[in-house]
Amino acid sequence: MTHTVPHLELTGVSIDFPTPNGPFRALNKVNLKIEEGEFISLIGHSGCGKSTVLNIVAGLYKATEGGVLLDGKEVDEPGPERAVVFQNHSLLPWLTAYENVELAVKQVFKGQKTKPEMKEWIEHNLNLVHMDHAMDKRPDEISGGMKQRVGIARALAMEPKILLMDEPFGALDALTRAHLQDSLMEITSSLGNTVIMITHDVDEAVLLSDRIVMMTNGPAATIGEILEVNLERPRNRVELSDDSEYNHYRHAVLQFLYEKQRNPDDKTEASKTDKEEMSEEASMASEKLTDNKPEAA
Amino acid sequence: MHEGHIMQKLTNYLPWLKPVIKLVKGENPTEQIKIILAKVGTPLLGLVIFLIIWAGAASAIDTSLGKFPGPGEVRTQFLNLLDESKAEKEKEIAFYERQQKRNEAKLAKDPNAKVKIRPYTGNPTFFDQIGTSLVTVLSGFILASLIAIPIGIIIGLSPGLYAAFNPIIQLFKPVSPLAWLPLVTMVVSAVYVTKDPMFSKSYLTSMITVLLCCLWPTMINTAVGVASISKDLINVSKVLRLSWLTNIYKIVIPSSLPMMFTGLRLSLGIAWMVLIAAEMLAQNPGLGKFVWDEFQNGSSNSLGRIMVAVLVIGAIGFLLDRGMLTLQRVLSWDKTADIR
Repeated sequence: MTHTVPHLELTGVSIDFPTPNGPFRALNKVNLKIEEGEFISLIGHSGCGKSTVLNIVAGLYKATEGGVLLDGKEVDEPGPERAVVFQNHSLLPWLTAYENVELAVKQVFKGQKTKPEMKEWIEHNLNLVHMDHAMDKRPDEISGGMKQRVGIARALAMEPKILLMDEPFGALDALTRAHLQDSLMEITSSLGNTVIMITHDVDEAVLLSDRIVMMTNGPAATIGEILEVNLERPRNRVELSDDSEYNHYRHAVLQFLYEKQRNPDDKTEASKTDKEEMSEEASMASEKLTDNKPEAA
Repeated sequence: MHEGHIMQKLTNYLPWLKPVIKLVKGENPTEQIKIILAKVGTPLLGLVIFLIIWAGAASAIDTSLGKFPGPGEVRTQFLNLLDESKAEKEKEIAFYERQQKRNEAKLAKDPNAKVKIRPYTGNPTFFDQIGTSLVTVLSGFILASLIAIPIGIIIGLSPGLYAAFNPIIQLFKPVSPLAWLPLVTMVVSAVYVTKDPMFSKSYLTSMITVLLCCLWPTMINTAVGVASISKDLINVSKVLRLSWLTNIYKIVIPSSLPMMFTGLRLSLGIAWMVLIAAEMLAQNPGLGKFVWDEFQNGSSNSLGRIMVAVLVIGAIGFLLDRGMLTLQRVLSWDKTADIR
């Protein structure tokens, strides 16, 4: 295989968060290469640093060691070419769906597109996510799934080189989630976006991804295994649910998560050592920093 | 359809109008009357009970200036004040008429004669004094807001500045206007020295005292509002690489608007309370001075007239607050916020 320069490259990425007990290493030496047009899922137990990886790629965090190259250029600050879809949509509540996308489009295409072109582009992106009927609705007037659609439209409208999705469908009910997954597959297959998506959902990871990056538990979390998903596209969730290959992939991910990397929360109180207690404290600190909502109390 | 839209907007901002409009339209009238009665009836009952207790209590209190004024006496004095102000207005009109006639006669005799136009210098009426008070309080409040909001935004953006400013704000916030007043008076008379003053010193003193007292709630609430902007929205702003200024007016100001308005409403309430005290002592010709003059006057009518002023002060304070509330409903995106 000839070696071209990868689209996105993470090299030895480590990050320390300051805690009262000294620095806490959340990520340790993460190496990952992503080709253009690939759909990558990051999966792992909560608190394992998935969001931290995403935030480093987004430029919202700075790696303590190592770095990220996008098309050979170092990532050192956030920017619209690495658009983020946040877990809880983070639309501006005082703007309509249209205006939320408009804010991004005006910022990214200032001086490149004329006003009518911008309008068309905004409407085009809202069309892509099937939100053209509710363009003039404000976030508090639409459902959670619709908000997330607008969030995706806003990210797509930035024409990002890479789309970063932080558990985009985590807060949605199963049916809405399935709808949005289908929409996302449709969009990425037609636009050929490069995507990194964080998920907790094994089915979602297998269904959407070209590769599933499975992360070990923190502290000092890193990539445990990478699973290539060679299922033919377009993928159909109903057909796949009875497909042996699909179930084989599912099994591999489940095996990694529940046999090789047991959930840290499963540990009994009695077996806790001092070290583990400290690391838990620190991971809580890091969770505050990443603004992740911890799933388990 | 369009008219319906306007109505919808109007009732969003002034929710109490809703049943009234429906009643006028003839939409289920008995239901609307019930709603109006429930909304108006109970407060009305409260008011009637209050008037009865007031009348009873007033007749039991004897002062050196006669009985404490009851509702009836207050009504009489209010009508007196109306008459006085009408009489004063008539005098003023008559004065200008006389002046004009005299000047015209002068000019008819000698076209080159110098004509003097003198302003009328009669006593300000009770209603003039309300006007003065409103101008003073609003100018002080607006000036304070123009200072407090930018400072609030800047200290809200930086935890360091916030920590540095917070003790200063907390120190000055509880200071009574009466403590500021002597200082302000002396500073104004020392600094504001012009031959042809645009503003009277008493106005400046009262206005600045109001300003000093109503800076703080707006400042602290704006800062807290800005500091508590959701982390996600800040990240959106970072990903979009919004410039500092765009970030301020696209993200920071809209999201802190509800808190800002809470501060502004507190500030306006304080401003109005402070104003009366400041006017009393600074002798600014407003409601505070009216109360003070009546107190010094000590006639048998004085207590009744002061009581009129008390009620007017209360009513204006209430209207100012409602005005701010309506403004908040119009400007703020957060219509779900519990606004009372």
